[in-house]
Amino acid sequence: MAEVSLHKLNKKFDTTHVVKDVDLKIRDKEFMVFVGPSGCGKTTTLRMIAGLEAITTGEIRIDDRVVNEVPPMDRDIAMVFQNYALYPHMSVASNLAFGLKMRKFEKAEIEKRINNAASILGIESLLQRKPRQLSGGQRQRVALGRAIVRDPKVFLFDEPLSNLDAKLRVQMRVELKKLHERLAVTSVYVTHDQVEAMTLGDRVVVMKDGVVQQVGEPLELYNTPANRFVAGFIGSPAMNFADVTLVENGGKPVAEAPGLRIGLPGELATRARAKTGRKATLGIRPEDIHIATAADAPEYCFDAAVEVVEQLGSEILLDMRAGAALMVASVEPTLRVRAHDNLKLALKPERLHLFDAETEAAI
Amino acid sequence: MAVTALSAAESKRLSPRLRKLEDERWLAMALLAPTAILLGLFIAYPFFEGVLLSLSSTRVGQPGEFVGLKNFHKIWDDSIFRTTVWNTFWYTGVTTVFKLALGLWLAILLNRHFRGKAIIRAFILLPFIIPTVLSTFAWKWMFDPTFSVINWTLFQLGLITTRINWLGDPDLAMTSIIVINIWRGVPFFAITLLAGLQTISPELHEAAAIDGARPWARFWHVTWPLLMPVTLVVVLFSVIQTFADFQLVYVMTGGGPANATHLFATYAYQLGIGTGLLSEGAAISLAMFPFLFVIVVVQLLYIRRVETR
Repeated sequence: MAEVSLHKLNKKFDTTHVVKDVDLKIRDKEFMVFVGPSGCGKTTTLRMIAGLEAITTGEIRIDDRVVNEVPPMDRDIAMVFQNYALYPHMSVASNLAFGLKMRKFEKAEIEKRINNAASILGIESLLQRKPRQLSGGQRQRVALGRAIVRDPKVFLFDEPLSNLDAKLRVQMRVELKKLHERLAVTSVYVTHDQVEAMTLGDRVVVMKDGVVQQVGEPLELYNTPANRFVAGFIGSPAMNFADVTLVENGGKPVAEAPGLRIGLPGELATRARAKTGRKATLGIRPEDIHIATAADAPEYCFDAAVEVVEQLGSEILLDMRAGAALMVASVEPTLRVRAHDNLKLALKPERLHLFDAETEAAI
Repeated sequence: MAVTALSAAESKRLSPRLRKLEDERWLAMALLAPTAILLGLFIAYPFFEGVLLSLSSTRVGQPGEFVGLKNFHKIWDDSIFRTTVWNTFWYTGVTTVFKLALGLWLAILLNRHFRGKAIIRAFILLPFIIPTVLSTFAWKWMFDPTFSVINWTLFQLGLITTRINWLGDPDLAMTSIIVINIWRGVPFFAITLLAGLQTISPELHEAAAIDGARPWARFWHVTWPLLMPVTLVVVLFSVIQTFADFQLVYVMTGGGPANATHLFATYAYQLGIGTGLLSEGAAISLAMFPFLFVIVVVQLLYIRRVETR
């Protein structure tokens, strides 16, 4: 049972304000992922939870205890570092045992826990080796093992997969997910990789410039991004954006740009009507664009010239120009398209996003 | 054109010799030759001459003849030589312990972040940069029985009523030169150990802190073992230098009072150059060799063990 709550959390280094008024409640057994570009304050937030960084103002609680002044060792947390931080002069077994020895555990108990963690992670045969005799993936497992043996209230992960090669990263991602299901320990995970965030997180915190942009379940962030930044950050390939003006056309609100006119459906139309005449950003994901058919309403169709065709096997990415806007569409792999083709495309009206041009907040 | 033609002709003319260098054995020899010649000329030859000298009865202005190990027998029975051996070990042992402890302490302090870090680090090196003879003269002035600033301070503080004859008392004289050697040697330890400390990733300390290690435990279980290879090399260098120290003792006490502060080098100098007994002086210098050899071999073996573990 462990909840972590952050209340009006701030961090300043000299004059730079790196974490601004972060308010967050991480539930018991939840896997919470912090994601954002580098320098967004996610790692600093994690380090404040760990107690490695002093809090400028605000409050951190683990369960009901305020831990602002509690040293890291007394917070009952375990952390997995980006560079593993294994003690190079100790064997794997000693690395795993260190935290328990420091806490004066019985020898038999230490051994039991090491064996248990080693079998969970499949590193039984490596226990007598030194870290430098291990591969990157094996080191990562040992680093995880060092956290597991401690049986802490909270796991903290600081970009633990970023030093692994792409294939191993995917594999370890799955293992981390399984591990979390098995151990069910409250976890806070920092990454700059939105795929990791989407696949691992029960909930995801998107941060930018020290400010929380949105907190929500992965699909919530994907389907209803709170602002243009979240919309562009979550999802791959990234959402298309077009600078438009909101106008009335025959009594219906539409988004208009040079060479492009898209109708706005249902509720979006209602919300857009209040901003008629204003500039906005239209957003549509590549996977929500398809080749137009007779079934598509004309107000959701547009003409585009294909500039580049990217064959990915499972899909085709079309880099296109629609009026002044550059767009990417993800279409069926069976489609025969060539560069410089002119296509009529349609988009799913219910998947349209509008963002205020000034505040960048979703309309 | 002329130049090209000439160099082409030259390369043709040189090619048989150059071709020989394509054989790795010849190339290795050619590359090693400069070093081998320098080492031979300035180290091996003097060493060999020293050995010959120690086996002869040469004095200043008197070529002498081969006398076997007679000089070594003689110094073995020499009570001043025995004092010298003891002094050298005591001097090296005590100073090394203090230099290591103080140097490490200073290095750990300097490894923290604070304002003016770079300037302080540079200043720390001063005792090491000043020529030993000059700084030792300054110390000699401070330890002077009449003009000593140390005596003056102690007197003004009411801690002493009579002058302390720092360099006149055998024990105090030894302590004095030990203090100066530590003062001069600490910067080298501090800077080198600081460089070693900076190679230790701060993440390891953070991991240990989260693992429940308090500062002392972090030092003992993380910093100290990881610093060990650097420490051993620094200690090795320091031991060799201190064991063969000359300038400091020569300037401060000249080996006195009553030969109480002689080290191998100063006693060898006094006997060999001072009294002209060149062969005996050479014998004393050479007597340093087996001791240093054992110390260095033991340390090198230990360093290798630490580095490969």
